Amino acid sequence: MRQFLIFFATLAALVMSGCDSSQTAVDKATDEGILIMGNTSEPKGLDPHIVSGVLENNVIRALFEGLVVEHPSKDGVALPGMAEKWYPKDPQKPDEWIFELRKDAQWSDGTPITADDFIFSFRRILTPALASDYSFMLYYIRDAEPYHKSQRTHLLCRNIAPFKDNWDIVKGVDLGPNGEAELDFNKKGIDHLKTEEMLELQKDPSLFKWPENISEEIRALVVDKNLEFARSGKSLWELINFGATAEGPHTLKVKLNSPIPFLPEITKHYTWFPVPRHALEKYGKEKVWERIPEWTYPENIVSNGAFILSSWKFNEHIEVKRNPKYWDAKNVGINGIRYLPISNLYTEDRMYFDGQMHLTYSLAPELIKYSRERYPNEVRNELYLGTYFIRTNVTREPFTDPRVRIAFSKAMDQEALIENVLKGGQKPAGGLVPPFGEYEASNSVGFDPEGARKLLAEAGFPGGEGLPDIEFLTTDKETAKAMAEALQAMWKQNLGANVKIKQMEWTSYITTMFEKKYDLAAGGWIGDYLDPLTFLDMWMKDGGNNRTGWHSPEFEVLLKKAADTGDPQNRYRILEEAESLFLSERPILPLYWYTRNYLIHQDLKGWDPLILDNHPYKFLKLKREQKSKSGK
Amino acid sequence: MTNQITDTEAGTSLWQDAWLRMRKNKIALASILVFTITCFFCFVIAWFCKDPNQVNLANKFSGPSSEHWIGTDALGRDLFSRILYGGQVSILVGLIATAVSVTIGIIYGALAGFFGGRVDAIMMRIVDTLFSIPFLMIVIVLQAVLSEWSRDTSAWIVTNLNWDKGFTDRITNVLPLFFALGLLGWLTLARIVRAQVQSLKEREFVEAATSLGLSKLTILFRHIIPNTLGPTVVYATLTVPGFIMYEATLSYLGLGVESPNSSWGILIKEGANYLETNPQLLIFPGIIFSITLFALNFLGDGLRDALDVRASKD
Amino acid sequence: MIRFIINRLLQGLLVLFALYTITFFLAKAMPGEPFTTEKNISEEAKAYQRAIYGLDKSIFEQYVRYPINIITEGSFAVSTSKGRPVRDIIAQSFPNSLILGLSALGIAICIGVPLGVISAIRKNSWVDWGSMSIAMIGICVPAFTVGPLLQIYIAAHLPGLKVAGWGSPVDILLPALTLGLTTAAYLARLTRGGMLEILSQDFIRTARAKGVPSNKLITRHALRGGLLPAIAFIGPSFAALISGSFIVETIFQVPGMGQHFVNAVIARDEFLLLGVALFFGFLIVIMNLAADILTGVLDPRVRLDSNQK
Repeated sequence: MRQFLIFFATLAALVMSGCDSSQTAVDKATDEGILIMGNTSEPKGLDPHIVSGVLENNVIRALFEGLVVEHPSKDGVALPGMAEKWYPKDPQKPDEWIFELRKDAQWSDGTPITADDFIFSFRRILTPALASDYSFMLYYIRDAEPYHKSQRTHLLCRNIAPFKDNWDIVKGVDLGPNGEAELDFNKKGIDHLKTEEMLELQKDPSLFKWPENISEEIRALVVDKNLEFARSGKSLWELINFGATAEGPHTLKVKLNSPIPFLPEITKHYTWFPVPRHALEKYGKEKVWERIPEWTYPENIVSNGAFILSSWKFNEHIEVKRNPKYWDAKNVGINGIRYLPISNLYTEDRMYFDGQMHLTYSLAPELIKYSRERYPNEVRNELYLGTYFIRTNVTREPFTDPRVRIAFSKAMDQEALIENVLKGGQKPAGGLVPPFGEYEASNSVGFDPEGARKLLAEAGFPGGEGLPDIEFLTTDKETAKAMAEALQAMWKQNLGANVKIKQMEWTSYITTMFEKKYDLAAGGWIGDYLDPLTFLDMWMKDGGNNRTGWHSPEFEVLLKKAADTGDPQNRYRILEEAESLFLSERPILPLYWYTRNYLIHQDLKGWDPLILDNHPYKFLKLKREQKSKSGK
Repeated sequence: MTNQITDTEAGTSLWQDAWLRMRKNKIALASILVFTITCFFCFVIAWFCKDPNQVNLANKFSGPSSEHWIGTDALGRDLFSRILYGGQVSILVGLIATAVSVTIGIIYGALAGFFGGRVDAIMMRIVDTLFSIPFLMIVIVLQAVLSEWSRDTSAWIVTNLNWDKGFTDRITNVLPLFFALGLLGWLTLARIVRAQVQSLKEREFVEAATSLGLSKLTILFRHIIPNTLGPTVVYATLTVPGFIMYEATLSYLGLGVESPNSSWGILIKEGANYLETNPQLLIFPGIIFSITLFALNFLGDGLRDALDVRASKD
Repeated sequence: MIRFIINRLLQGLLVLFALYTITFFLAKAMPGEPFTTEKNISEEAKAYQRAIYGLDKSIFEQYVRYPINIITEGSFAVSTSKGRPVRDIIAQSFPNSLILGLSALGIAICIGVPLGVISAIRKNSWVDWGSMSIAMIGICVPAFTVGPLLQIYIAAHLPGLKVAGWGSPVDILLPALTLGLTTAAYLARLTRGGMLEILSQDFIRTARAKGVPSNKLITRHALRGGLLPAIAFIGPSFAALISGSFIVETIFQVPGMGQHFVNAVIARDEFLLLGVALFFGFLIVIMNLAADILTGVLDPRVRLDSNQK
């Protein structure tokens, strides 16, 4: 008995000790100028050249700064960052841009930042051995892609006859690695063969399977050139004519493959951020091209953004604090940020209700109404640049027929789904590309059960008769399940179709989708930058993100036409046409345009809706509001 | 009669004796009744209920009404019917998986505990190894391997044996689940049985039986194991809820109940998300789940008491 | 005794080796790769990523390299999903899991064992049914319900308790309670079962007839034997508390090891998976050894390395 009393007394004392009755964690943090925000999960790393996720972006944006900075409240506007001024050399044909860097920019250890830092950084993310996930964001720069893909032959041969005028001849050859090829050398790809292997190939040309239309002469020439290069010991970097050059310590010139009027938007992405060469070199001069996780640890890291990394407690929190050497330090409104890696939606929301953070990463659909009732001014519902859609496998019956695809699309009651299952104020998708700026979003997608039935009958399956069982692939998240079940019921009711739901954990789901072992697969796409192209260029024939088996030469012609158009308005019209064509065949069934739902504390000022959700932290302010949380 | 050790010539056997004792245990009888009623509802009454998968988005989260006796869930489906149909899977899973793991566990643990020495060491180290394998891996590999198998087998059965397609699909989907659960559910039970047997084998009655000339295996199976049944039965009833909840996790990973079909585990798991807003989605399945478990546990206690050979007759 | 322990530890090494082999090949059998991302990466990049982690070598070479690296460098490889050495990840997360597991076990023992003993003593009275019903709550209400309930109805209203997080000692309370309740229920029922076995035996009757007072009867005579099933359960259950706390960890934001068991599998991070599985296997070996020793101490009739007579 006595032991129990002592036990409870100790317990009570412990509880009281943690008790600071007047202030919540969030109040204290506001007073100190620290923003506490939920960041869903532990980042895989903080090296801007290696990671590829949104949550990593949230931390990297605080630590590093690129050429330009996002405007705190207006989409599509760029503010000076590392660059003070930027402009295309020829505004009518913006395929060459000049960035004038500010002269007072420093790294957090005082070292000045120059144009060479950017050239180095671009080269680093394009270095094949670094194996970055996101290198393709820099492919707009001339010669970036061939360098990254080690397209040795292309680089060696493109300027010599007979290739110069007949490049189509050799382009047909798959010179890169082809995992599905039979011959060993085809698996490796000519571009990656070593000297000994090239010698073997020279002696015995049959070791590599060439396409029919390449003459013996050309084959020999390709092999000879490769051999010559391999023997020379040069590096591929010396071979290319890289589009980014430093014209003086504070002038960066970027030559692109085609005119891109929205290049500054692209440079807002962290793949374009600079990394400190001198800090990386501490680990070995040659190691700067490799992955060195240690350089991002708090005790080592050197960065150029508004904040520096002060603490990284694995799986607990990441803290950044004010960077005194930042060029605009006097205008930075808050003193630091604490990121909490909370993966459970409900826990995050409950922590918010309990006064433990200013900002959540998301808001569970079940709690949206509840939050609106109790904290009406603290719930945000904002458009986000992304579309949720369902891929169809056009290589398998019955989705080989576009009428069936469109029938399934028309049979989805988007509004009902959004209102009853998702509850996040999402917008029913009228097309693929979400609305923003001057691009006119399509409205050809919509709920039309009558039309759906007609189309299905036309395709030969009246009332769903004769339709095989359809496999619908989805993930193991609970919202995914609820949505799949609702859709299953809709397709049954409106079309008479039998859909079976196949739930899998994430990696199995991705792998199954990649292998096209599905009929329908739930999925979505978030835009990388503010332009329709980020949603449209994935549907090219061998686009790595396609996964449906669909492609269309007309579509690709339109995309190419848009790429060669300098005038933004005309370009948008062409892209709208491309999207229209795409939707008329509907290899994917657009469902809704994303919104972000989250909770934001009244103390946080300056956090305005941005469609890419890439808020620049320096413009934020924290001020105690009179009324604190209700319920405490 | 003092010598009750399975003397089949004179008097009652262990099992008859146990049954006689059970009959006097009111709580155990009540539990049997409750469990039977639950099974009756889930397996018989269910057929007369509404379609548990009928989605009706306009009518979600509704309260009890004449049409929906305990209201509807997040997609407007009848909750009462979902609970009943869900019970089919959960009860089957719970009972079958438990039966399989108890059988394996008792035999394995008894053999290990009885023979001791090297046999015991090897057997227990195997248990240690199996226990340490991350179960999720096995599930994913099984799922990858078996998903094709279950589809093909289902098709074969439907064409060749003419069973109803919906029913067959559900069976072939859930069978691998039993397999996965049964594969690793017996491990702790084996340890418990082993501990019991180790203690029991040093007792006098074993010595007596040996001197009577009974073979080792006879002693083990007819004399020792019945004496271990007490804690075994108790632990077995404890594994049932574990299996039921684990089935929910497996179903989410594609190895189990296929959507939109449900089970108690799934209903509870999903209902937990509505704790602040629509707690009835959790409470009702939770109550049925708890009632069934209480019944099974008190039944287990009754069984334990009934099988206790040394229990006083007063 | 020493020989027994050393023998068991050597056996433990065999266990770890078998575990390593099974886990290694299962990991390879899982569909998908560590570098699977939703946005496509080029074949070249994937090939380079594999090379960085040594995954481009032959299976045999990978199989042999891993244990060699452990022995020669003490290195458990680098996690593909976290980008840091596996050893650091385990070193940082294990202490938290240990604290959580020990606290949960402590709570479970403090609640479960007394409940079980009381129920056994007052068998079939309402004390018995009452305690068992309380114990049943731990079984019927799963962790992912208890946790949020505690969060919503207790933590949110008590100023000293945080809804989630792991900073001060008081943060241990709610997660340990959630985790420990189920184990408490198991312990209560197993203890009751075990005590009932013992209490009905002749030697207890004899002791009672000799006039031994009740509580001495329990503590001195009955408890030793009665706790046997509970102890056999505690061994593996402690290890399971450490590794199976995934749900509690995500609900209460505890930076423990349990989540790695799940997340590493989903991310196909075989190095983290192996590290964590081997560590867990090591714990199991130790805990079972301890449980067996304890059993031998409590029940001298059980000879630890007994051979059949």
